[in-house]
Amino acid sequence: MSESDINKLLTDISNLREQLKEKENNLVKLMSNGCENGSNKYCANLNPEDITRYSRQMLVPEVGIDGQEAINNAKVLVVGAGGLGCPASVYLASAGIGELAIIDYDEVELSNLHRQILHNENDVNKAKVDSAFEKLQSINRRIKIVPLKLHADSTTIKELFKNNTYDVVIDGSDNVATRYLLNDVCVFNKVPLVSGSALQLEGQLTVYNYQGGPCYRCLFPVPPPPETVTSCGDGGVVGPVPGVIGVLEALEAIKIIIKSPGVLSGRLLLFDGSITKFRDVKLRTRNSKCAVCGEEPTITDLIDYEQFCGAAAHDKVINIDILDSTDHINVKELSTKIGKNNCLVIDVRPSLQFQMCRLPNTHNIPLTDLKKPESLDKIRNLINEHNLGENGEVYLLCRRGNDSQRAVTEIKRNMPDVTVKFLNVKDGLHGYAMEIDKSFPVF
Amino acid sequence: MKIKVDFSGGAELLFGNQKHHEVDLPVKDKPWLLGDLLFWLKDNLLQDRPELFLQDNSVRPGILVLVNEIDWELMDTINYEIQLNDSILFISTLHGG
Repeated sequence: MSESDINKLLTDISNLREQLKEKENNLVKLMSNGCENGSNKYCANLNPEDITRYSRQMLVPEVGIDGQEAINNAKVLVVGAGGLGCPASVYLASAGIGELAIIDYDEVELSNLHRQILHNENDVNKAKVDSAFEKLQSINRRIKIVPLKLHADSTTIKELFKNNTYDVVIDGSDNVATRYLLNDVCVFNKVPLVSGSALQLEGQLTVYNYQGGPCYRCLFPVPPPPETVTSCGDGGVVGPVPGVIGVLEALEAIKIIIKSPGVLSGRLLLFDGSITKFRDVKLRTRNSKCAVCGEEPTITDLIDYEQFCGAAAHDKVINIDILDSTDHINVKELSTKIGKNNCLVIDVRPSLQFQMCRLPNTHNIPLTDLKKPESLDKIRNLINEHNLGENGEVYLLCRRGNDSQRAVTEIKRNMPDVTVKFLNVKDGLHGYAMEIDKSFPVF
Repeated sequence: MKIKVDFSGGAELLFGNQKHHEVDLPVKDKPWLLGDLLFWLKDNLLQDRPELFLQDNSVRPGILVLVNEIDWELMDTINYEIQLNDSILFISTLHGG
């Protein structure tokens, strides 16, 4: 099948989907006539469809009629339509939260699908909030869902809070700067913040700024050093782990809305999926000297959170440029040399990534091992085996061309006696996949 | 004095990627304070990059310390007197999602 056949099919399918969506929307409009909110002759305040739809949770005495009404009248902001925001918003939408706003600037990628359960294969490259909007609206057309394709920063968040009063904010973000931003705006606006996070096989959950409990800054007055922060893109994450935490975030939000006494405030829930263990630890009380929620706050307006944290408000990698212009080779040049007898390529990614996919005839010595004498010996041996001679070149390769620059610096420092030239493969394996061979997997 | 020391949230990576440690602290004249334990761990258990565990006389920002599942801020932090069979947990906070 040729590429034009594939493209024609993709266009046809996309058009048919649009038509289907339009017909579905028309159907919903026609069917929802006469199904307005409010009382009728059978039930006070809730309409018959809502009674049926929400019956299973209303039957729980802690929810009841009052609780359901509170849920229907609630306005919740979910930050991030990712691994936490997807499961959280599914349960919030289906529980009947009156207005659910979801903010995310990002598009769906194939590597998101294992955990970001609202998105499917057809959504790749689509805005996450649009994908989330479609699915959530099809779960519950009785509620208002507001997709916000925005980067959550001081300006956009301030504007959002100027025009809206939220009952709860769900932190489903993936970086430290956004976590401080959400904390501060929630303190200023007296909104409880349900905060979840996940990485690899562990998750953490708590509620900040709730009924006199501590805020994020009470616990963490100083942001962590950026090099200690690991993203899901680097450390990895097993899908059900953010799933568990995201679902529990929805539960805490519902409990806050129905005024449950058991909200997870002043406590931190730790989930270790590797041994399937939950731990619930007691946290400090609100700090009267806290810079934002204390008695004499020094921070009274949103600040520049990227500057405060020394890290960007997203979990994407920022490319570095620490070498001289003569210390690079591009992927095109590399592709003409690779496989030849005297071509030595050292892939400095972690060994697990090397096992997942690698270029043929390359050798793996992870960046973190470059300090070890045995690694340096291995490099010396490889140089000898490849008969590189005094003016030979060694090419250092990694995922995106950043760690390989660090590797060049590290090796030069640790092996000042070696005369061969160490060169960085610019743009790394991502560049190779883009320019040389699209079948090389990108992650 | 036997105590339990646990690491989670990635803090275990600095300690040989092992989350649970049964620790037997050597006998000394004065009581073992939590602050003493930090330096004992740095000298005896830490395998890599001490600056990612300690900063000045305390843990680095982003690590929570719990004594028997209670925030050390409620237990006088580095001045807490460690008791036999105490469970000390170091949690590195996660930010992914």
